[in-house]
This record gives sequence, C-alpha cells and structure tokens, in this order.
Amino acid sequence: MSSATSPELQALMGQKWQRPPKVKRTWLRWTLMIGFAAYLVASYLTIDVNWTRVYEGLDRGAAFVMAFTSPDFTGRAGDIWDGMVESIVMTVAASVVGIAISIPIGLGAARNIAPMPVYLICRGIVAVSRALQEIIVAILLVAIFGFGPLAGFLTLSFATIGFLSKLLAEDIESMDRVQAEAIKASGARWMQWINYGVQPQVMPRLIGLSMYRIDINFRESAILGLVGAGGIGATLNTAFDRYEYDTAAAILIIIIGIVMALEYLSGIIRARVQ
Amino acid sequence: MLRLKKLLKTYKTGDQALKSIDLEIPDGQVLALIGPSGAGKSTMIRCINRLVEPTSGEVWLDDADLTKLSSGGLRQARRQMGMIFQEYALVERLTVMENVLSGRLGYVGFWRSFLRKYPQKDVDEAYRLLDRVGLLAMADKRADELSGGQRQRVGICRALIQDPKLLLVDEPTASLDPKTSRQIMRLICELCAERGLAAIINIHDVALAQMFVSRVVGLRFGAIEFDGTPQELTPDVLTTIYGEEDWEATIEKVEDEEDTEGAAA
Repeated sequence: MSSATSPELQALMGQKWQRPPKVKRTWLRWTLMIGFAAYLVASYLTIDVNWTRVYEGLDRGAAFVMAFTSPDFTGRAGDIWDGMVESIVMTVAASVVGIAISIPIGLGAARNIAPMPVYLICRGIVAVSRALQEIIVAILLVAIFGFGPLAGFLTLSFATIGFLSKLLAEDIESMDRVQAEAIKASGARWMQWINYGVQPQVMPRLIGLSMYRIDINFRESAILGLVGAGGIGATLNTAFDRYEYDTAAAILIIIIGIVMALEYLSGIIRARVQ
Repeated sequence: MLRLKKLLKTYKTGDQALKSIDLEIPDGQVLALIGPSGAGKSTMIRCINRLVEPTSGEVWLDDADLTKLSSGGLRQARRQMGMIFQEYALVERLTVMENVLSGRLGYVGFWRSFLRKYPQKDVDEAYRLLDRVGLLAMADKRADELSGGQRQRVGICRALIQDPKLLLVDEPTASLDPKTSRQIMRLICELCAERGLAAIINIHDVALAQMFVSRVVGLRFGAIEFDGTPQELTPDVLTTIYGEEDWEATIEKVEDEEDTEGAAA
C-alpha cells in the first residue's frame, strides 16, 4: 500500500491530458482535413444554376403548390380509384410473396446457422437484389412483361427480398447463441431448432421490418407508375402530363394519408409484439 | 457409464483447451469440475455432447462412442444428456411450459412441436417437474418474466424432461446470489439422487462444490490436476489448480457454513 511513487507516475503528474487523435500522423491529419474542405468548396462551385430559368419556373412551382389548396378529388375520381386499388393490390401481393421468399434466404444468409456454400449463394442473391435499384428493375421488367401492374408486382417482390433477407440475416447473426445452443443440446432436428431456438428471438424484428417494407412498397408503387409499371403512379403521371395539378395534388394527399395510416398501424403492431 | 479417452480440443486460434483428458464416471455419480477461468471446463462439457467438436479422442456413453456418431445418431445420443447452462439459456420469448417441453424435441416430430401438440404424457410430466421445483403457477408466464433462480429451475426441468442418464451442468450458480446458489445446487443434487443420474457440474465456487458433491476434479490449462474427494482439497491442492493464494479462508468458510446450517436444522 505504502510503496514509493513510481518514476512513470512522477513524469505524468501535472501534465495536460488529451484524447489521442484518430489519425496519429500530424501531416496526414491536416492533409485529410484541408483536402476534404477543398473538395467541398470545389464541388459546390461546379453546380451551375441558371437563375433566369429558376425565376420563370417559380410560377409553375407556385401553381403546383397552390393546387394543394383546391385539390380535385372528384374530376378524375374513377381513374384515381382504379389506380389506388391497383397500387394496393400490387403492394399487398408483392409484400406477401417477397416476405415469404425472404425468410428462407435470410436464414441462408446468416453466417452462424448456414453452411458456407448456402451462405454464399444467399448473400449473392441479396447483393444482386440490392445492387439493382427499383426503377432500373422496373424499366427492365416493363420491357419484358409490358406496361401494367405485373411488372410493378415483380419489381417490388424482388426489392423486398434484398431488403428483408439482409436485415433478417443480420438479426439472426446477432441473436443470443446460448439460447439456440440449449435447444440443440436437447437433440432437436434442424427445423425444430430454427422454430424454438431462432424464430422466437427474431420474430419481433421480422414483424417490424415486414410492416416497414409494406410501407416502402406502397410508396414505391407510386413511383413505379412513372416508368409504366402500373398503379397510382400511372394516374399521377397522366395528371402531370395534362397539367392537372389539382388532380395530382389530390393523389399526393391520398398517398400521404395512406402512408401515415400505415405508419400508425405499424407502430401499434410493433408495440404489441415486443 | 461415461468415459473420456484422450479427449483433446484445439481451437482454430491454436489455443489448446483440452490436453488429452482421461476420465471415467460411474453410474449415479455427481462430480464437480473446478478450475480457473479458461481452464477448459466449459469446453470439456461441450465436447461431451458435441456442441463443440473435439479435435481427437473418444467419448463413450455406455456402449456408444459419441465422437463417431452421424448427425442422426448424435441427436439420439443428445436426448440422453440433459444440459443446464450458466445464464439459464431459456428461450426468453417462449413461455415456461414451451421451454420445459422443448426438452422433448428430440422425441417428437417437427409438426407436433411446431403446432405445440405434445403427447399428453409429456405435458403431464412437464407439470409434475414444474410442481417439483415449485413453479407450477408460472407455467404460462413468459420466461423473461422470471427471476434468475426461477429461470434456472425451469432450465433444470427442461434438462430432466429429456429423461437423461447424465446431466451436463455448466456453472449453474454463476449468476445467482449465494442463497439461491445453494438452493439450486441442492436441488440439482437431490434430483440426481432421486433419479440415479450421473452429473458433471462445472463450478467456480469451491466451497459450494465441497458442500454437495462426492468427487471433485480440478482442471488447469486443459489438463486434470486433481481427482479426489472434497476432503482432499487442501490449500496445497488449490494452489496447484489455481496458483498461489491464501486458501485457508476459502476452505474454513465451508466448515463454518456447514456448522451454522447444522445448528439451524
């Protein structure tokens, strides 16, 4: 207890303390910081704004914004209704199919439960699905299957697989290993092990993610119409083409309403499955 | 009943967790495995039911070498070995009853277990076991609503409903308070005696081990340093297992506690 103060401690007494910097070499640290600042300035300077064009465009923007004060729900009610039904059908069908396919792929893409070859194949599928942006897939599928909701349904299913499999696999990888081990120690088969040891641990997250994906799929279904893949987006696109901003405003208000309702619903569901 | 022959485990990192362990456990014997952290106690238990694959050596349970079994044969063999874990390892989001019945997974088919339609005798046995450990009223509670001691008792039920010949017990009391620790150790040892089960109990608490078991094996750096009765655990022996320390307090404490318990009873 009463040993003499060590010389190492003596040397440190009265010294200022500072957290060690992330980049140790001073010259490298300053080069990185100045380089980043220079890049930022240079990149803003390349944005070339045509201010006269902006001034002319303000009128059109104002007309569009003003349309929200008098949205026209009735003028094209039939078109809006058809588009909305198509979008909802597309969303539900694509979400159900996408989620059903995502579960086995998600299991296969979890390193802690899948053997290496299965893991690589499933990660490959996830990577392909995530690399291809929805719009690009939709353009391709419209080219193959023609205009209409079938292309939209396939696009959303495909995108759901990449999203949900990856996040499900990551949740499985971070599960509590010992709980699953205990089930294995009882002599359970593989399927029983998944059902008792893994599924209960990842279920809340799977439900939460599925709800979130339904929400995303609905919003995406509005965009996909712009490239001809059916749904409310097609109706919205037509309204813009005809300069019917009041109808477009009505459609946007309905989309916002449905997304908010889905958000509220998923909040309730997620709170209940904890 | 259980024989380990030259059991050896080297992890991929190059750590030699077990160095040629030879050990024989007769029917109905409860054995405590002591040793410092990292001595290979958990590895040894997990090598027996192959949650960890041994690198070489043999594990004989009665007439079967477990290290040679196919995956189907291994499942059959695992049914005969109940395991109790340090952090209870209950599936937290399942109910107490589901956790107990999960001990029967090796006996029932997938659809029965998936639909939770267990044979009536399994359900009856689950209720009997829960009653035996005093948790009958908790049957339909979720496992994460229970306290530590209660969870460990559910863990014990899950191991026993397998109808095992051998219990593998990994630090059953490490996350429990001293009183609950004793109750759990007493319960495990009583149940082993009632059912004539053999058991290997990994345990940190030397005093607690001495109180309940008839044989103690000391492990150090993956090799057996001591094998004898609790009375033979002298300060010198503890020094060979754990390294230099003042052991008198640890051992004396046991006798004190036993005295006070005797007086109380």
